[in-house]
Amino acid sequence: MATQHSRTSARIMVAPAVFVLLVWMLVPLCMTLYFSFADYRPLRATFDAWIGFDNYVSFLTSDSFLSSVGVTLQMVAGILCITIGGGVVLALLLDQPMFGQGIVRILVIAPFFVMPTVSALVWKNMFFNVDNGLFSYLWRFFGAQPYDFLSQAPLFSIIVIVAWQWLPFATLILLTAVQSLSSEQLEAAEMDGAPPLSRFWHIILPHLSRAITVVILIQTIFLLSIFAEIFVTTNGAFGTRTLTYLVYQRVLESQNIGLGSAGGIVAVILANVVAIFLMRIVGKNLDN
Amino acid sequence: MGRITLDRVQKKFGDVEVIPPLDLIIEDGEFVVFVGPSGCGKSTLLRLIAGLEDVSGGEIRIDGRPATDLPPAKRGLAMVFQSYALYPHMSVRKNIAFPLKMAGMAQDEQDRRIAKAATALNLTDYLDRRPGQLSGGQRQRVAIGRAIVREPAAFLFDEPLSNLDAALRVGMRMEISELHKTLATTMIYVTHDQVEAMTMADKIVVLRAGHVEQVGSPLELYKTPRNTFVAGFIGSPKMNLLTGAAAAAHGAATIGIRPEHLDVVDSGGTFTGRVGVAEHLGSDTFFHVHVPEMAEPMTVRAGGEVGLTHGDTIHLTPRAAHIHRFDAQGLRIA
Ligand SMILES: Nc1ncnc2c1ncn2[C@@H]1O[C@H](COP(=O)(O)OP(=O)(O)OP(=O)(O)O)[C@@H](O)[C@H]1O
Ligand SMILES: [Mg+2]
Repeated sequence: MATQHSRTSARIMVAPAVFVLLVWMLVPLCMTLYFSFADYRPLRATFDAWIGFDNYVSFLTSDSFLSSVGVTLQMVAGILCITIGGGVVLALLLDQPMFGQGIVRILVIAPFFVMPTVSALVWKNMFFNVDNGLFSYLWRFFGAQPYDFLSQAPLFSIIVIVAWQWLPFATLILLTAVQSLSSEQLEAAEMDGAPPLSRFWHIILPHLSRAITVVILIQTIFLLSIFAEIFVTTNGAFGTRTLTYLVYQRVLESQNIGLGSAGGIVAVILANVVAIFLMRIVGKNLDN
Repeated sequence: MGRITLDRVQKKFGDVEVIPPLDLIIEDGEFVVFVGPSGCGKSTLLRLIAGLEDVSGGEIRIDGRPATDLPPAKRGLAMVFQSYALYPHMSVRKNIAFPLKMAGMAQDEQDRRIAKAATALNLTDYLDRRPGQLSGGQRQRVAIGRAIVREPAAFLFDEPLSNLDAALRVGMRMEISELHKTLATTMIYVTHDQVEAMTMADKIVVLRAGHVEQVGSPLELYKTPRNTFVAGFIGSPKMNLLTGAAAAAHGAATIGIRPEHLDVVDSGGTFTGRVGVAEHLGSDTFFHVHVPEMAEPMTVRAGGEVGLTHGDTIHLTPRAAHIHRFDAQGLRIA
């Protein structure tokens, strides 16, 4: 893209894509922005096109807002911990030569292809169900009282479900990173007298740090908008109401489009703050 | 101390025997070079000694103690890899300190040893850099530094200079030889470059397909190669190996004449041929001579200013005392 000419033609070439993207994103965003300053409750037939920041004030000052931010953060952090911890372990295991490696790898990746709604339903009905769930059988097998995961530990249950879906993604990225580590480095560490745990800590983990930051960045952006899993399992009850879910409730359950839109804009701003913050960290990590 | 004994050491990868049972003694303080063509098992043999590969049979002893089943860290050997294998996320200082840290050495002793190694290897100014910010030669020195701070019983080098350019290679060759003189520690050095082998070694081990073809000092190998393989492998340019009538005249199946042992004469001479390529190096000139009876051109070393060019007729006489004779099996006839 060195010459003036090629730069101009490049711009013309990407213009359609940019245009579609802009329309796709800007129109809904502008409409949300517009509604967020309006008092719009279709069921009560109220529409007041400009009420200033009232929606924002009532959204931000309600108790449910702060608690939903807290829940969102807990959920994202929990899922990240499980997927990265588990992903590193799985990647190291999958890197070992073993029988049927190809099939095992495909099986490990499989959960990623299951739709969120489906996997949440499968977990809810086949694993967590108090009467028929596999865990209940397991508990009874050991003579314990079956545990009602979804009502006793709802947040944890959702974290487990979503972590199960995202584990393959983390594993896949970390596996490629593990495979790119030169075996001579590990052999050198072995000759230098480092036992396996030190080799993991001093050689493998630093090598993986870049891949780990990439996983954190990508997953955080997607995990901030978890919805289906909550909708299917707890419906936002028992302290599992994330910011996304709160917005949904305001718009559809309370039929308050103005308030919901204000919440949506707040969520967009918060997500961007998180994204910029993470980008900074990743950028720093990728530099050296 | 670093006396390494290999006793019937053997290595198989699956059904493929890469190293057939092999005996070798490496004396304390010796600079031993394993040399041989690519794929002959030099690296494998070195990795067996290091403990990075398990032997399929036989025994390895270091200073008389059995080491066959010891893990690499317990053998007291240090290795310098072809790719240097530095830890990219650690500074040079941390790289060099790593084996000391793993050994749980006190911090001030660590610092003392690092400073000493850095001075010896001219690395003092680079201690806080990352390996990625160093040149190839500097990385090589860091890898050597990481090896010497442990004060190992022996150093193992696997083609450490093959990633460097020619000028740097000559320089590093000197530095490693120098290091060997000062430390007087056993060094085992793998290369496929026979010039490195000749210039650095106290003892050369010539390998072919896992077999030891000959063990000896560089001059021994040069003067009395045990078979045609060693004769052709050691020396640059290669020895001329002649078969047929020329060899039969000396009562051998093959005779070998080094390029420097052929004299150019004005007329007569044992061989008469036509000059092909002439390589002028200034001090020397190497002629490739096409002799009608021979399949391969002969190589001749002449002085720097010989007035012969492509296509000229040349007469050659070998020096009788320097003709190597080999029998039908390729073994030297005394
Ligand atoms: N892990 C392995 N599995 C199977 N065969 C192997 C393995 N490692 C090496 N070999 C084989 O063993 C033989 C010797 O290999 P080695 O690496 O020791 O050669 P080398 O002498 O070091 O060659 P080079 O000069 O090219 O480095 C080769 O034929 C190689 O294909
Ligand atoms: Mg090799």
